[in-house]
Amino acid sequence: MGLLSLAIWMPIAFGVLLLAWGRDEHANAVRWFALVGAIASFLVTLPLYAHFDASTAAMQYVEKNSWIERFNVSYHLGVDGISLWFVLLTAFINLVVIIASWEVIKRNVNQYMAAFLILSGLMIGVFCALDGLLFYVFFEATLIPMYLIIGIWGGPNKIYAAFKFFLYTLLGSLLMLVALIYLYTRSGGSFDLATWHALPLSGSAQTLLFFAFFAAFAVKVPMWPVHTWLPDVHVEAPTGGSAVLAAIMLKLGAYGFLRFSLPIAPDAAHEWAGFMIALSLIAVVYVGLVAMVQQDMKKLVAYSSVAHMGFVTLGFFIFSSLGVSGGIVQMISHGFVSAAMFLSIGVLYDRVHSREIASYGGVVNTMPKFAAFALFFAMANCGLPGTAGFVGEWMVILGAVKFNFWIGFAAASALIFGAAYTLWMFKRVYLGPVANGHVKALVDINAREFLVMALLAVAVLYMGVYPKPFTDVMDVSVAQLLKHVAISKLN
Amino acid sequence: MIDKLSWITAYPEVVLLVMACVIAIIDLGVKTPLRTATYALTMLTLAVVAWMQADLALGAQTTYGFENMVVSDAMGNWLKCFATIAVMVTMVYGRPYAAPRDMLRGGEFFTLSIFSLLGMFVMISGNNFLVIYMGLELLTLSCYGMVALRRDHVVATEAAMKYFVLGAMASGFLLYGMSMMYGATGSLDVNAVFKAIASGKVIHQVLVFGLVFIVAGLAFKLGAVPFHMWIPDVYQGAPTAVTLMVGGAPKLAAFAITMRLLVEGMLPLALDWQQMLMVLAVGSLLIGNLAAIAQTNVKRMLAFSTISQIGFVLLGVMSGVVNGNALSFAANAYSSAMFYIITYVLTTLASFGVIMILSREGFESEEIADFAGLNARSPLYAGVMAVCLLSLAGIPPMVGFYAKLAVLQSLIASGESLYLGLAIFAVAMSLIGAFYYLRLIKVMYFDEPITASGVVAPLDVRVVLCANGALVLILGILPSGLMALCGSAIRQMLGT
Repeated sequence: MGLLSLAIWMPIAFGVLLLAWGRDEHANAVRWFALVGAIASFLVTLPLYAHFDASTAAMQYVEKNSWIERFNVSYHLGVDGISLWFVLLTAFINLVVIIASWEVIKRNVNQYMAAFLILSGLMIGVFCALDGLLFYVFFEATLIPMYLIIGIWGGPNKIYAAFKFFLYTLLGSLLMLVALIYLYTRSGGSFDLATWHALPLSGSAQTLLFFAFFAAFAVKVPMWPVHTWLPDVHVEAPTGGSAVLAAIMLKLGAYGFLRFSLPIAPDAAHEWAGFMIALSLIAVVYVGLVAMVQQDMKKLVAYSSVAHMGFVTLGFFIFSSLGVSGGIVQMISHGFVSAAMFLSIGVLYDRVHSREIASYGGVVNTMPKFAAFALFFAMANCGLPGTAGFVGEWMVILGAVKFNFWIGFAAASALIFGAAYTLWMFKRVYLGPVANGHVKALVDINAREFLVMALLAVAVLYMGVYPKPFTDVMDVSVAQLLKHVAISKLN
Repeated sequence: MIDKLSWITAYPEVVLLVMACVIAIIDLGVKTPLRTATYALTMLTLAVVAWMQADLALGAQTTYGFENMVVSDAMGNWLKCFATIAVMVTMVYGRPYAAPRDMLRGGEFFTLSIFSLLGMFVMISGNNFLVIYMGLELLTLSCYGMVALRRDHVVATEAAMKYFVLGAMASGFLLYGMSMMYGATGSLDVNAVFKAIASGKVIHQVLVFGLVFIVAGLAFKLGAVPFHMWIPDVYQGAPTAVTLMVGGAPKLAAFAITMRLLVEGMLPLALDWQQMLMVLAVGSLLIGNLAAIAQTNVKRMLAFSTISQIGFVLLGVMSGVVNGNALSFAANAYSSAMFYIITYVLTTLASFGVIMILSREGFESEEIADFAGLNARSPLYAGVMAVCLLSLAGIPPMVGFYAKLAVLQSLIASGESLYLGLAIFAVAMSLIGAFYYLRLIKVMYFDEPITASGVVAPLDVRVVLCANGALVLILGILPSGLMALCGSAIRQMLGT
């Protein structure tokens, strides 16, 4: 069994074992077992980076076995510079979330832990799949654990949120399924991604395919105007669910653009680049403004996620190496930062059971250690140099300015909004005098929460100070992608 | 004179018939309330028959017997093998359910099941219009009896009455169509009818006239809109064990006669029946999915879900011929339909199994509200049900996804824009379908349980139900074998 298979199936196997034998009577054993599973699953992804050859754009750690002969589908896995970091990121965030949910979840602990472990395996599968159908199966299967996570452990309006999440994303991906079958037919019976990348297609076919993929990926990213499910879902999802959703699941959509939309329909991608850039800018600017007026912390961070993901899609569709690399770096950094933001909110929510900004004030007085972390993550969220948030945004803005000054200008203005809503929230929640009895009664974070915060803080800081390991691995792959996209596939 | 080959073609049927009579007689001496002896003997018989069918199917020979009256081919033998297993599983689930409801006072539940299975066998292997009709009647007559097995139960009796009246009418349709065909072509033999139609010397109007009645009869049996009215009432009214007996294995036989009559017998008329099937499929997908949303009764909801699933099967059957060209598309399309119906039956077995397991003496667990908080009461059965519902909704990695994928692929492969439109319509309908399947999952997982009591079930039921649910998932991860099986069976039938 190859490393990638191990990275996918190890957490799933642990999850299945938990489902089979875990009971609430021995919840602690369940937690420790889940932790062992998460650590093991994270450790097996490390050799992927250690042995990665950054000098080639070819797929590495490739595994290929025939899976469904009838449709010529193969179990075909591999990573390149674009997908490598997401495998590690997924396993890392999963580990963090499992530690963060330790005492918070008291009911059906085994199912909760299993859902996250299985979800992380499936998401790694999405990033590794080199076969269209295999990709789709992983992509869709992630909906099931997330649906259950939101619905079982979510907030008061969890059922509405769970349905909205599932049906909204299913609608998009079903159109993608039709596109996949169409490509299968056109390519003479192959689901192989490399074959599809090389397949010549007419302009109208490319446009239809582009929009079918757009339906799936734009909903997932989410891009304006199909982002409306995200705030509702984030508000109701449990803390861990929000963290994984923001940190990894949104990236599945953005990753899909890089693997499917751009290389399969390059001409349509160029033709509709203006449209995509416009949507991205609206997400960056308008949704940034929307974030400013939120009363609910989770909603605010959710809208800020939409704005940050706008940078990612903006970077992709200016077709420069700076933009695409910047978008990918932004995806990784947003994975760390958004997870940290949601987990910080979770720390407060566990104590006060309110997400309203107005219920807080002066938290720094009672929780100084936690407030320090929160400030650091807030700074990362507004893109302060030296934090992870800065690198990606800077690269995208630089790329955008080169492409067109005004687009770059509009994108850069978003940094101001980002700083405004994040810092204003920070001020209202953490600074000032102690606002009420709840805040007065707060106790600072314990060792476990400190560990969670510290793990994420180290990652955010490291990526901000020394982003080279992240950008180095992707350079060749991004250059190869751009070279491929620049060549017309019209026949 | 009956030659030796004829007996070889039909020996599982002979075994079944003989054993049905033997079991009926032996049962007279059985006194235990669960009828364990009858049950054991029935299961043994069916296991042997299933093995015989699998053995025949693996031989992959096509033989004709009794003057071309019956055929034994890979498609038929596999379908018979799966139908036998489906009946066995139904009995495992059904026995503990039937006993407290006074349905095991006599051995009819077992003997009628065997006779209905024999009817399915005859339908599947019939190569002659009258033989097919005879098998169909044997099946439906046994089913009428089983639906009415709780004779002092008002709802069940009403369901039996409805089923009988509508079923008899459908049989009438079918028989009328067959006699038209006989009048036009001068033969009841499926292959001879094919040759007569292909020769082009037969008056087209008469053929189409007969065809309309045959398709209407088939649509009745399959439960396609607008001939679906009996399905919800019978599913809901019949005791759940019988619902499964009516709604499970017979679907395989109904698929087989659709293939025999429309494809083997009347492929030259494909342009005509394709349009009819298209209307039936679109109507079934639309009405089935929309009406299912409004249901509060799980059995009724699953009945409408069946109607919509049949719509998918019909799309698969329909897409076999494109612009009169059957060569390049037929095998692909019919094997997707076959894969679809087999996996559908597999999923239906497990979902009704869970409904039965939740029912207790004097309590039918068939309202959606009865499933509230099932996950808290029994994570295992909630898991099995969830897997089935996700499979019916077509969410990967459950097997139902590949069934839908195969049908959609055969539609899109045709390259016709009309078929592409149908594929998109089917996809839109499965999105609507996902809603009501998810709603039941929501009730099981997100709602608070109405009772804290656990769910108890006998060991055999537990084991079979787990295996059944696991198979829905395992076939979803490794669907290749079953797909290849359907492909080779259909290719052999088509002679390509």
